[in-house]
Amino acid sequence: MKKYVAMLLALVMVFALCACGSKTDDAGSADADFKVGFICLHDENSTYDKNFIDAAKAACANLGLSEDQYIIKTGIPEGQECYNAAAELVDAGCSVVFADSFGHEDFMIQAAKEFPDVQFCHATGTRAHTEGLSNYHNAFASIYEGRYLAGVAAGLKLNEMIAAGDFTADEAKMGYVGAFTYAEVISGYTAFFLGARSVCPTVTMDVTFTGSWYDEALEKEGANKLIDGGCKLISQHADSMGAPTACETRGIPNVSYNGSTESACPNTFIVSSRIDWTPYYEMVIKAVMDGNTASLESDWTGTLATGSVVLTDVNEKAAAAGTADKIAEVKAALEDGSLHVFDTAVFTVDSKTLDSYMADVDTDANFEGDTEAIADGYFHESEFRSAPYFDLQIDGIQMLDTNFG
Amino acid sequence: MNKREKEPLLHIVKRDTLPWYRAWGIRAIAIVAALLLCALITAVCTGQNPLEVYATMLSGAFGSPRRVWILLQNLAILLCISLAVTPAFKMRFWNIGAEGQVLAGGLAAAACMICLADKLPNALLLVVIAVAGVLAGAIWAVIPALFKAKWNTNETLFTLMMNYVATQLVAFFIIIWEVPKGSGKVGIINQSTEIGWLPQIGSYKYLLNILIVAVLTVLVYIYLNYSKHGYEISVVGESERTARYVGIKVEKVIIRTMLLSGALCGVAGVLLVSGTDHTITTTIAGGQGFTAVMVSWLAKFNPLSMIFTSLLLVFLNRGALEISTVFGFNQSFADILSGIIIFFIIGCEFFISYRVSFRKPARKAGGAEHV
Repeated sequence: MKKYVAMLLALVMVFALCACGSKTDDAGSADADFKVGFICLHDENSTYDKNFIDAAKAACANLGLSEDQYIIKTGIPEGQECYNAAAELVDAGCSVVFADSFGHEDFMIQAAKEFPDVQFCHATGTRAHTEGLSNYHNAFASIYEGRYLAGVAAGLKLNEMIAAGDFTADEAKMGYVGAFTYAEVISGYTAFFLGARSVCPTVTMDVTFTGSWYDEALEKEGANKLIDGGCKLISQHADSMGAPTACETRGIPNVSYNGSTESACPNTFIVSSRIDWTPYYEMVIKAVMDGNTASLESDWTGTLATGSVVLTDVNEKAAAAGTADKIAEVKAALEDGSLHVFDTAVFTVDSKTLDSYMADVDTDANFEGDTEAIADGYFHESEFRSAPYFDLQIDGIQMLDTNFG
Repeated sequence: MNKREKEPLLHIVKRDTLPWYRAWGIRAIAIVAALLLCALITAVCTGQNPLEVYATMLSGAFGSPRRVWILLQNLAILLCISLAVTPAFKMRFWNIGAEGQVLAGGLAAAACMICLADKLPNALLLVVIAVAGVLAGAIWAVIPALFKAKWNTNETLFTLMMNYVATQLVAFFIIIWEVPKGSGKVGIINQSTEIGWLPQIGSYKYLLNILIVAVLTVLVYIYLNYSKHGYEISVVGESERTARYVGIKVEKVIIRTMLLSGALCGVAGVLLVSGTDHTITTTIAGGQGFTAVMVSWLAKFNPLSMIFTSLLLVFLNRGALEISTVFGFNQSFADILSGIIIFFIIGCEFFISYRVSFRKPARKAGGAEHV
């Protein structure tokens, strides 16, 4: 019996020690109380979340916040856990909370309603501009411009291959592996296609969907299917390495997304576009630090000019000669407004040029167009709200399948 | 008897039932040993102070009133599912389909919330939601039970497969209900009107769920231990032939018990969809249908002990989340620590049921007679 009493005492001591360990409060400088919270769907093993986590760390470092002043919660599912995580971050003293995944939105709004003194910012969401909450904000970037530039690089590569006699101009077909048949993806691949066609006029494109944001096997299978169907160049909008590695194995050029895949695909990686969230995070955190929350827009769109839409360095080994110069030239035209990606003069729908299109900008139950998006000869993407709403199926792009989730 | 018999180094002997303090002593040793091993691994792999890691786990689970509420809410759901699988297990019916039964209940609740939102008064709608959820869970469970009772099919495979059917069914309806089109998510249902949401008691978001499960725990305890049905379940579990011999209709008991099991899973589905999350996803049960199996077995099918075993698992889960946040570990490291602790706890049950005695030098076998 004595033995067990001793054992019990030992156990009590272990826990007592634990309890002592938790008291590590440290006194800091005046605004050491200021804290920022981040909620991420997965951890940095997902390229999508890594992009956010890197930006969060960079923004906090740029603003001189110490490591104790930001909290990153990873692996938060798109359910009540997201609300709980947001509430815990508020309890921990965060003045602003960011979330990174589309499905977090409703739960962030729930938290925003409950904690009016804290700012809640949600990337990729669609509801802030209609919700009317002063402390809830959406943000996205005009990534279609980045994809357009990446498309230019793709078109130049096709031209180079045509000139080398690999295939004829009529056979110039690209393939695109998308996640869902959904405005964000449609807007992205259409911009990519228009970029390519601006330099390679005969190009066409096949699109296939995986029905998942992250499924390595399906993305690889999709890329292989496209290559077997005669596609000479592949790009993708999904988060795994499936499509890039399939291209590297088959020796097919690849235009990537979310960041460089050059280390894994040194012979086929051309260029990659991605959203850099650092400028947005910095702007919001700074505004909250200065008590200037009234300046925060309910819906913010990052652009090439804000540094939110960026391209990686061009891989000279795989890209056509002069790609970097051409990208710089087109980028300047996009920035000064002399060039618009969705110029109605360069695309047709059912062989007709559009002069009007009602886009579904407000997220409501009836999924109907509610906002005229075409004016001044181009489709105004990411202007009425930050999240993409271009969902037209233009001529020249063939959908092999659809997947609505 | 001159021949020397070779005696093995180890003897494993079944024990008599241990007094409670010795059984708990063994469990305490297991936990201490698990904590020591975790400490070693933490120190070697991460260079962090293990005591700080443990302290962070404690604070992640109990560190603030909100965290305690979240802990209790998670505990309530896991306990509810564990209560659900227990009658079936006691009957030796391997219901590993709790995941699917919870999803079926949740799907029915979500369907009512979406389709009947403006057709019924809210109070009536809540009753419809509860009935529909419980029925859906029960139906999902009784299908394998019917097959087992009529044709003696393998219930383990059958209930497992029903999980996948339920997941796909939920995926199908998400496409119908998704907002916005193509996004693959339903989002919070009736967020502005709160129609079909279970009422909140005062300012305590999760209190109703916790109270409901507390009442269920007591009811299931009484049902299993003090009712004729509970007795029949035990007899069928011990020996089907004995049960038949004493005149118990085994088929009837199997079907009745699985109806109960599924209905309780349906309750968990309703609590999740209508009570807390107010949405439906294919992962809303989050594997708890399987965790519940462990909770139930660790507690030896005693609903009151399950409070503690589910507390342990929920604590490990919440603590793990906190250490990955505070120390920037990736999720897998927290899983390793939880895995070690659970392994030791399950492993120690062996030493409670059996005694290992070593060969004594220069003595004949028979040492096992000492206690």
